[in-house]
Amino acid sequence: MTDVTMSSVTAPPSAPPGRRSPLGSVLVHAALIAASIAMVYPLLWMISASVRPEDEIFASTSLWPSAVDFASYARGWFGLDVSFGRFFWNSLVVSVLTVIGNVVACSLAAYAFARLRFAGRNFWFAIMLGTMMIPYHVTLIPQYVLFLNLGWVNTFLPLVVPKFLASDAFFIFLMVQFFRGIPRELDEAAMMDGCGPWRIYWKIMLPLSLPVLATAAIFSFIWTWDDFFGPLIYLNDMNSYTIQLGLRTFVDSSSTSDWGGLFAMSTLSLVPVFFFFLFFQRLLIEGIATTGMKR
Amino acid sequence: MAAVQDSAVAIGAGASERPAAQGRWAGLWTRHGAGYMFLLPWLVGFFGLTLGPAVASLYLSFTSFDLIRAPEWVGTANYVRIATADPKFAAAMQVTFLYVVLSVPFKLSFALLVALLLDRGVKGLTFYRALFYLPSLLGGSVAIAVLWRQLFAGDGLINSLLAQFGIEGPSWISHPSYSIWTLVVLSVWQFGSPMIIFLAGLRQIPTDMYEAASLDGASKFRQFYKITLPLLTPVIFFNAVVQTIDAFKAFTPAFIISGGTGGPINSTLFYTLYLYQEAFGNFRMGYASALAWILVLIIGLFTAFSFLTSRYWVHYDD
Repeated sequence: MTDVTMSSVTAPPSAPPGRRSPLGSVLVHAALIAASIAMVYPLLWMISASVRPEDEIFASTSLWPSAVDFASYARGWFGLDVSFGRFFWNSLVVSVLTVIGNVVACSLAAYAFARLRFAGRNFWFAIMLGTMMIPYHVTLIPQYVLFLNLGWVNTFLPLVVPKFLASDAFFIFLMVQFFRGIPRELDEAAMMDGCGPWRIYWKIMLPLSLPVLATAAIFSFIWTWDDFFGPLIYLNDMNSYTIQLGLRTFVDSSSTSDWGGLFAMSTLSLVPVFFFFLFFQRLLIEGIATTGMKR
Repeated sequence: MAAVQDSAVAIGAGASERPAAQGRWAGLWTRHGAGYMFLLPWLVGFFGLTLGPAVASLYLSFTSFDLIRAPEWVGTANYVRIATADPKFAAAMQVTFLYVVLSVPFKLSFALLVALLLDRGVKGLTFYRALFYLPSLLGGSVAIAVLWRQLFAGDGLINSLLAQFGIEGPSWISHPSYSIWTLVVLSVWQFGSPMIIFLAGLRQIPTDMYEAASLDGASKFRQFYKITLPLLTPVIFFNAVVQTIDAFKAFTPAFIISGGTGGPINSTLFYTLYLYQEAFGNFRMGYASALAWILVLIIGLFTAFSFLTSRYWVHYDD
């Protein structure tokens, strides 16, 4: 960190020059490893707490349980009147429908903004960008009244239908950026061959946009899976609860005792997100780096 | 759909062969209709779920409305009460601003610091980057809020760790002076996504600037202040705006950690939590609408202020 020497000139261009001394490198790694441990420790502790014997949970700060015991999982799974299987299933249904809605509706709108010419395009594009800034609280109450009058409260419709109307403008923006990078010659050639906009969209844009569609799909899934506010407002019947609502109910009902079961179900609820992280982290990280997504 | 394809063919084959009137309609359709067809779902959503409701909520904010009886016009009474006679509103504002002012700078400083460390070409960059990003993905979930509630409880993990050093910690979540800090720590823990954006920004800075500077004998600190920091200001600005807006809208952790109350003594009563209580706890929909519009106003003012001041400290290439 301190050596400012000529070595910087000969350093490989990939790394910022002149910044590597052996000591500095060790210190950096020490700092990074310490930070990593501090960050992951609570997560690992939760996982280990979920397989610990109940009386050991609060007694121990170590990550290694004295005995591995999956009883908490069985207890937690049936800890409420409705089993967690039901909550997981509900979350899965809502998340998958949301993914489909977002990918279909947002790619349609993005194709129009990125490729088609029509009167008012720039105006609508500006409006679309504007909607990204508005906090959802402004539309919350009238939307609730609307869905209440439609008889949709206690169904998944209020959570899912808006996605089929491209309500997540962020994904439109993401896809517009990507579509604009696809060479226009491809559309023009297809047009010469007699393809209309639908076929260009279906046969050229979508197949060439799989990375951005996948990014949008994965983020849709994770955000919906984690969403708490929407289900909290629209789902009142325990049979329709998503996993996040189920966990919250479990916290309230078991504030007395069953931490093991609570941690077991909490751990399980993170598994799908962790799975996406494990297999698609490059896609997720690139998505954030290029667009500056908030999460 | 068929018409679109026909006219697309016509463009290729020579539109002049078509009858004039039909050609004009087909041309108009090709020019505008297809665009609006693709835009249709979004347009329906925009009018039905965004613009319409926004106008409706502005109207509701001047009414008294409990979902059962029709909204009753009360003029500016809601706003007047918010501004003059609502101690809970004042508490919520105070808590929310405190949260924003504490969590955003800490989170961004930490993100920048780690990004700078990682940008030095350390081995295992992708591993660290992924690991640090993980909490950002998980952090919004109820599970993590539940975990946090245990970590900072009186007999929680943090106090068990402190006890090993002979320190007896308080019950962080149930003490009004500390409870907000548990939420700040939770926010800082999720520093991964701004860190990734910082890293991408650092990559954009040309290395030959550093080479030239170090040839001229500029120290590392000087290089940081004269090259890295100025060139990174657009990214810092972006991260600061996004994170601040996000912090104003935070909800889930405060809800779970306080059990939906915003307690103890309103110390975690985030603005959105108060809005939720008014709307869906007390069914004061008109009042909650007014609260929502004030939130919009605050976020709008903040964003406008950021952009206005940005010209004085954000470095743009020209």
